[in-house]
Amino acid sequence: MDHRWNGFVGGAWTETIDVRDFIQRNYTPYEGGADFLCGATARTKALNEKYLALRKEELEKGGVLDIDVEHVSSLLNYGPGYLDKDNELIVGLQTEKPLCRSVNPFGGMRMVLSACRAYGYELSDTVKEEFKYRTTHNDGVFRVYTEQMRKARHTGIITGLPDAYGRGRIIGDYRRVALYGVDRLIAEKQKDFAGLGRRPMEDENIRLMEEVNRQIDFLGRLKKMAEMYGCDISCPAANAREAIQWTYFAYLAAIKEQNGAAMSLGRTSTFLDIYIERDLRAGVLTEEQAQELMDQFVLKLRMSRQLRTPEYNELFAGDPNWVTESVGGMGEDGRTLVTKNSYRVLNTLYTLLPAPEPNLTVLWSKDLPENFQRFCAKVSIDTDSIQYENDDLMRPRFGDDYAIACCVSAARIGKEMQFFGARCNFAKLLLLALNGGRDEKSGDQVGPEEPVIGPGPLEYAEVKARFDRYMAWIADLYVNTMNVIHYMHDKYAYEKIQMALHDTDVHRYMSFGMAGLSVTADSLSAIRYARVTPIFDERGLVTDFTVEGEFPCYGNDDDRADDIAKALCHDFITELRKHKTYRNAEHTLSILTITSNVVYGKKTGNTPDGRRAGAPFAPGANPMHGREKNGALASLNSVSKLSYDDCRDGISNTFTITPGTLGGSERERVDNLVALLSGYFALDETHAAHHLNVNVLNRETLLDAMDHPENYPKLTIRVSGYAVNFVRLSRAQQLEVLSRTFHEAM
Amino acid sequence: MGRVHSIETLGALDGPGLRMVVFLQGCPLRCRYCHNPDTWCAGGGQELSEADIAARAARYKRFFGKTGGVTFSGGEPLLQADFVLKCVRALHEEGIHCALDTGAGLWNEASARLFDAADLVILDVKHSDPAGFRRLTGGDIGTLEQALAHLRAAQKPTWVRQVIVEGYTQDEGQVRALKEKIRGLNLERLELLPYHTLGVHKWKALGLPYALEGVAPPDETVMARLRALL
Repeated sequence: MDHRWNGFVGGAWTETIDVRDFIQRNYTPYEGGADFLCGATARTKALNEKYLALRKEELEKGGVLDIDVEHVSSLLNYGPGYLDKDNELIVGLQTEKPLCRSVNPFGGMRMVLSACRAYGYELSDTVKEEFKYRTTHNDGVFRVYTEQMRKARHTGIITGLPDAYGRGRIIGDYRRVALYGVDRLIAEKQKDFAGLGRRPMEDENIRLMEEVNRQIDFLGRLKKMAEMYGCDISCPAANAREAIQWTYFAYLAAIKEQNGAAMSLGRTSTFLDIYIERDLRAGVLTEEQAQELMDQFVLKLRMSRQLRTPEYNELFAGDPNWVTESVGGMGEDGRTLVTKNSYRVLNTLYTLLPAPEPNLTVLWSKDLPENFQRFCAKVSIDTDSIQYENDDLMRPRFGDDYAIACCVSAARIGKEMQFFGARCNFAKLLLLALNGGRDEKSGDQVGPEEPVIGPGPLEYAEVKARFDRYMAWIADLYVNTMNVIHYMHDKYAYEKIQMALHDTDVHRYMSFGMAGLSVTADSLSAIRYARVTPIFDERGLVTDFTVEGEFPCYGNDDDRADDIAKALCHDFITELRKHKTYRNAEHTLSILTITSNVVYGKKTGNTPDGRRAGAPFAPGANPMHGREKNGALASLNSVSKLSYDDCRDGISNTFTITPGTLGGSERERVDNLVALLSGYFALDETHAAHHLNVNVLNRETLLDAMDHPENYPKLTIRVSGYAVNFVRLSRAQQLEVLSRTFHEAM
Repeated sequence: MGRVHSIETLGALDGPGLRMVVFLQGCPLRCRYCHNPDTWCAGGGQELSEADIAARAARYKRFFGKTGGVTFSGGEPLLQADFVLKCVRALHEEGIHCALDTGAGLWNEASARLFDAADLVILDVKHSDPAGFRRLTGGDIGTLEQALAHLRAAQKPTWVRQVIVEGYTQDEGQVRALKEKIRGLNLERLELLPYHTLGVHKWKALGLPYALEGVAPPDETVMARLRALL
């Protein structure tokens, strides 16, 4: 064995690239409490102060500190950069200056030009000149888009298509660089390349060979990038600091190369714990130093920045990067994957103060050590900065070495990737169906032409049949649009370094989305259980409704409404699956809107549930605020009835409760939050909850923060699959957050 | 069948753990700080059977864990003691812990049977002396005395609460009297709760003049000083 692996138990992982096998043979499960943790060192505190000062300046300048308009972002286009060279244990910046953003036109030039201009910069002539002769992902997509695709995009039936920027949601197995060193990874890829060369040269094989060639090229660049920082990463990491540094270099290379919407980290903390434990045992590292290494790693992750337009920020509020790190979970052999380093990474919310990034995601299991469950609950109550996803639900489907990309999308690390894409606005689709394919706002014919629905009270069966026809139409269009996008992204903005850190034969998901689940379910419930009469405008289109009588709403644990919501998900994924995907990707569906529920609402007219035109939707799979009449547990039960097998890309639920409602003392609040999470995530025939964002806070705090943002620079809240600094939200988004249900006892 | 004002599925304050709280309709007392005056009238609410209650609770059992369960509150649950007793029996068959949150606004044999069946009694001692009790609640303290005597004799696990409100219970002598009054109980917890004004809008909605207009909730220092006496 390589001498840098001394002290490790060997196995399959030494023969083939198999990080999971390495973890399983070498990690130390930890069932104890948090009392071993250390605080931040003076050095880390000083470094963090420097970062926070820059961040303050960034906010004062309108959200962007600086843009390097001279270079195009890639691995070797910038010299080394530092925050404070003498005090950094983990080094590497995206550009030569901290928080300075790079330009990355591979996804699309228009986005870069308008982002630069929005912040008072002009892209250099050199970059403009260079891209005159290049095709971007965006160029490619628009060469092929059909009239119908453009219309669906323009009216907002399908929104958030990654056709003008990097698609993201791909997690490289960044750990491979630390465990094997780059040379070994190159050698393995060369072997794969040779193997592919013996296959018949058909489209897919030729494409893959070119991709592997580019992967090898970029692995070489990764090594050179590290050399600029004085590190030789050709060989395996020899100690904890190197393991963290090597892993970070790999991640850094990915965010230099790609401006993906969500660039998640994976599942690194337990992997890194193995190196930390080895150093602790050898007496060459103390607990305080171990925490310091993790602090410095996390600080670097917090410094990652991408250049986006203000319109993008309106959709995805708070300048997020979704540097998602999945923590905890259980192993397939029944041992917990919680280690001391699972605690250390959560402890950074204390040592470095709360912050939205990295997006810390606890993989919850009924079998997690009770101490860890309680620690997570305490961290949630103290910081509102972590989210929970159901390991007991995902492990049977993804094994025990998967991670979450973005907010709720699971995939086996290094073995599976996803083609991310957008959301279909279901509330708008319902209106389109009633109007015979015409957009209720513009009046344009967007979908197949049918007569507008007749006057008089709506008949449920008739509406449902209509809706199903339009759902079938949009499913076809949606899959085809995604196929175009991902074909072009592979062609013009392929993720070289991230895919180099995957197996060459990778399983692909194509991840569709749905917005407006609760509004649509409640609208159909109103039509079915109350009397809904359409109101026509002068164009003859349905633009409003009168509703007489009561109807059950999703979010009250009432099966009449919940079953409608459940069926919507099932019917949609069933329709999507009827259409062939690019590269035979597996269709998946998410019920996730991030913060875009505000924008989707703006684009949608009056709905039969009584929601007024322009009003925000509930986020993700949340019930509509103000309609949950039976309290929090009823609401949680409703969401947990949605089928994860229909929505394999994730079901997001955001939950806010006031501290006083959760319990009278800190101990009770922790006990009760653990009980709440345990109950929510318990699996039975009718319940299979996937995700929960937890906020424990008072409305008054948010109101005060709106008036006095200067007093709340670190106020972090979970919105929908990620966390944001509350004061970075726009006023409309802040008001929407305030309008959401705060579960509160009198 | 019983008359139920509403069901809150997440109660984390009225008994141990997470609890489904059943607010029963009807109350013989008219406490000046009442935050649920819409439960006073015995005829309101919806009619539910003990089977309905048990079916609802079964849906939330997965959240109850080792300590949670169902709490019957109100209104005054003792007004519908026979119905609540049936509910408790049905819930006990499902292994669900039952707490009774009462102001002991009345007392009779049915009350005693319900006390005996409940796993925990949360007794709201409105006031410790007869005159104060009448002034605050409009009722007679005698039923509270009977309830206390029964709890003492049965050694039933009990939480005692008192709302601290200026001009009624917000003084040190009153807190000492409370301590004296509950001597000998199988007391698991004693809580002083600050009066709050979150229910005022309900009085307005019902067209009732609010009886504590202008009375400020006690601040944290006052509460800390009184709690120190416990």
